[in-house]
Amino acid sequence: MAGAKEIRTQISSIKSTQKITSAMEMVAASKMRRAQERMEVGKPYATRIRKVVGHIANANPEYQHKYLESREVERVGYILVSTDRGLCGGLNINLFKQAIKAMKGWSDAKVEVDLCLIGAKAAAFFNSFGGNVVATTRDVGEAPSLEDLIGSVKVMLDGYSEGKIDRLYLVSNEFVNTMTQVPSIKQLLPLEAEPNEKLKHNWDYIYEPSAQDLLEGLLIRYIESQVYQAVVENAACEQAARMVAMKSATDNAGDLIDGLQLVYNKARQAAITQELSEIVGGAAAVSS
Amino acid sequence: MAMTVHCDIVSAEQEIFSGLVEMVVAPGIEGPLGVIYGHSPLLTELEPGPIRVKKHGGEEEIYYVSGGYLEVQPYHVTVLADTALRAGDMDEAAALQAQEDAKKALANQSSEFDYSRAAIQLAEASAQLRTLQSIRKKLGSNK
Repeated sequence: MAGAKEIRTQISSIKSTQKITSAMEMVAASKMRRAQERMEVGKPYATRIRKVVGHIANANPEYQHKYLESREVERVGYILVSTDRGLCGGLNINLFKQAIKAMKGWSDAKVEVDLCLIGAKAAAFFNSFGGNVVATTRDVGEAPSLEDLIGSVKVMLDGYSEGKIDRLYLVSNEFVNTMTQVPSIKQLLPLEAEPNEKLKHNWDYIYEPSAQDLLEGLLIRYIESQVYQAVVENAACEQAARMVAMKSATDNAGDLIDGLQLVYNKARQAAITQELSEIVGGAAAVSS
Repeated sequence: MAMTVHCDIVSAEQEIFSGLVEMVVAPGIEGPLGVIYGHSPLLTELEPGPIRVKKHGGEEEIYYVSGGYLEVQPYHVTVLADTALRAGDMDEAAALQAQEDAKKALANQSSEFDYSRAAIQLAEASAQLRTLQSIRKKLGSNK
């Protein structure tokens, strides 16, 4: 019964894998809820600051901040948000594909690309894929804090201020629902004004203190909050994607086990039948 | 009836207040300022301190911010707070303790001591206390 024994060990090993995947599924489900809460909690601030910055972009300020001016593009920067861990389906690879497509568009137009990578997976991927990586942040964890991100964001912002890069994009996954996460590319700098009819007339703010100091602080805060929100959202995407991936892995393991069980039963039955016929044959030989 | 504007107070952690108000008094960096309906567009940095909101109907609420930005549009006021607390959540003892600590830290400055951080801590702690005191005053006058 060698065949049957092998199949049995195979079944038990798949069963233990299934236990692990189903445990991971449940862990991801509970982590996803928390990640989603974190995402929801940060949303009001991110949307409000986006609105305020939209107003600023529509104003006719006495002082033109460099974040609001668009320059001729010679070099662009990408901030790419990925996960730290794998086993989350095609989440990261779909995102990288989008980013590479966009980057290829730039390199075809003879524009160079700088990368700022958040998350260990992006670092590992672009390490082997190639690309001009200027900053990386990894191990931001499940509850990312703004302090962890400020460093690498600052590298890109300084690059923009010094004129090293002329555009800055943010690449991250958008959380649509548990089943769907969509890779998205957003332009961070220069700020794009959404045309607003109500704000069309010629107006400007009263600034306290000077416009320069104020806008500098506010716009940096805006970029940081957008990146932070993207990281938090990506964390929620990660858990959702992992939950779905682990659920399908658990289901697949179940299918495999069913199939193997059938083969095992057949092998066992064949062995029994053979044994019986041997006994019957032996008995017949003795009695005759 | 007084004219109202829509006011939003948000911090990075949560949405704190959203609704129609008659007046907002905020601790601007160049002095406290009151905003009512029809104020011209204004952007200012905020200092640590209390934000007083006079809600539609005259009821007042006080929040504490430890800095941030205030944007005023004619029909809309947005406070982007660094951290905002409903002043009721604040613990006076903790604020006093923080103030003490900051003062002590300022007093014995050692070489590696971060002066600016201590100054910020002190400013925040005294702003929290100011907020609490203004609440207490309000409560006292209501009696």
